[in-house]
Amino acid sequence: MNIFRFSSPQTFYPLAGRLVPVFAVLAAAFLAAGLYIGFFEAPTDAVQGEVYRIIHIHVAAAWMSMFIYLVMAFWSAIGLGLGTRLSFYMTQALAPTGALFCFIALWTGALWGRPTWGAYWVWDARLTSQLLLLFLYFGFIALTRSIEDPRRADKAGAIIALVGAVNVPIIYFSVKWWNTLHQGASVKPGGSSMASVMLWAMLLTALGCWFYSLAVTLTRARSIILERERHTDWASIEIARLGSK
Amino acid sequence: MKPRHKRFLLIGIALTLLAGATALVLNAFNDNLVFFHTPSEVAAGKAPQGRTFRIGGMVVAGSVQRAADGQTVRFMITDTAQVVPVVYKGALPDLFKEAKGAVAQGKLGADGVFTASEVLAKHDENYMPPEAKDAIDQAHATAKTLK
Repeated sequence: MNIFRFSSPQTFYPLAGRLVPVFAVLAAAFLAAGLYIGFFEAPTDAVQGEVYRIIHIHVAAAWMSMFIYLVMAFWSAIGLGLGTRLSFYMTQALAPTGALFCFIALWTGALWGRPTWGAYWVWDARLTSQLLLLFLYFGFIALTRSIEDPRRADKAGAIIALVGAVNVPIIYFSVKWWNTLHQGASVKPGGSSMASVMLWAMLLTALGCWFYSLAVTLTRARSIILERERHTDWASIEIARLGSK
Repeated sequence: MKPRHKRFLLIGIALTLLAGATALVLNAFNDNLVFFHTPSEVAAGKAPQGRTFRIGGMVVAGSVQRAADGQTVRFMITDTAQVVPVVYKGALPDLFKEAKGAVAQGKLGADGVFTASEVLAKHDENYMPPEAKDAIDQAHATAKTLK
């Protein structure tokens, strides 16, 4: 099977349609398992008490917000290099989900910071670079929406995505490179400094968030494909079919 | 070279240059990117003089003294090499404990005492249930008595 066949919006559209329900079911299952274990089965933390349970949402959201931006940068590079339209559609389909996870990470972090650190917000390197990521997402969405010519919008958005990707390693390594109030990574290649039940709950939730992102992104990509390809025969037939339902 | 190889090469070069420039800028602003200074930096005179900054480290075990007014707290903060005395008036966060991380914001007096206007607790990356923590504490205590 030639996977490049699916770089055509026309063949990708039905494939995405078949994959969405699968990813949606997996997302629901992993999120339910992860959140249940995280909030009801995992033990209380020795130092923080119950408030630590917010990491079951916070960490997964923060990982996804960084990962999605890197995936956007990847599709942007492919789009600029090969000129494939679908790559740009994917980049634009990913952005709102990335922004959502970035906002959730910042919000839950603030709610955790108040009882543990004693402050909702501090301007340390980790928090500031994560806030910058949220602005990069907003900037990408605003820029691609504000340029009339869709092809120019694609290119401008791709450049923001690629340039902004430099921020992602800065977020990740900020706790290592500089003194920050935010603690270092609990989970890193080669081991973790968390009790195993807590860790498993967090990993299950992260997988759930990942499948959720796949499901919503592909759904959004299908809408973008129909909108941008509406002048083609197959898309206008599909639009008419959806309209008659 | 095909045009698309050229485009990928250009993207690669542009990103490398950008990453390099960012690294240089971050390196230049290194001193301003740290959230707090360590007691060693303060002892070496690297901390800002005469203006507000943050100092971070471990609260020395047994150093926390509460004054009779019930609000003023004195403690020592250390990075295991240097020690800086801190005086603070106000409420402390729940996680502020001896032998745990803390960050204080304030000014260093001429007498070497750091007068804090805000104290934050710094949490570490370890998450464990109370039973596991008890076991580790006991192991540490046993190891000490064996020495």
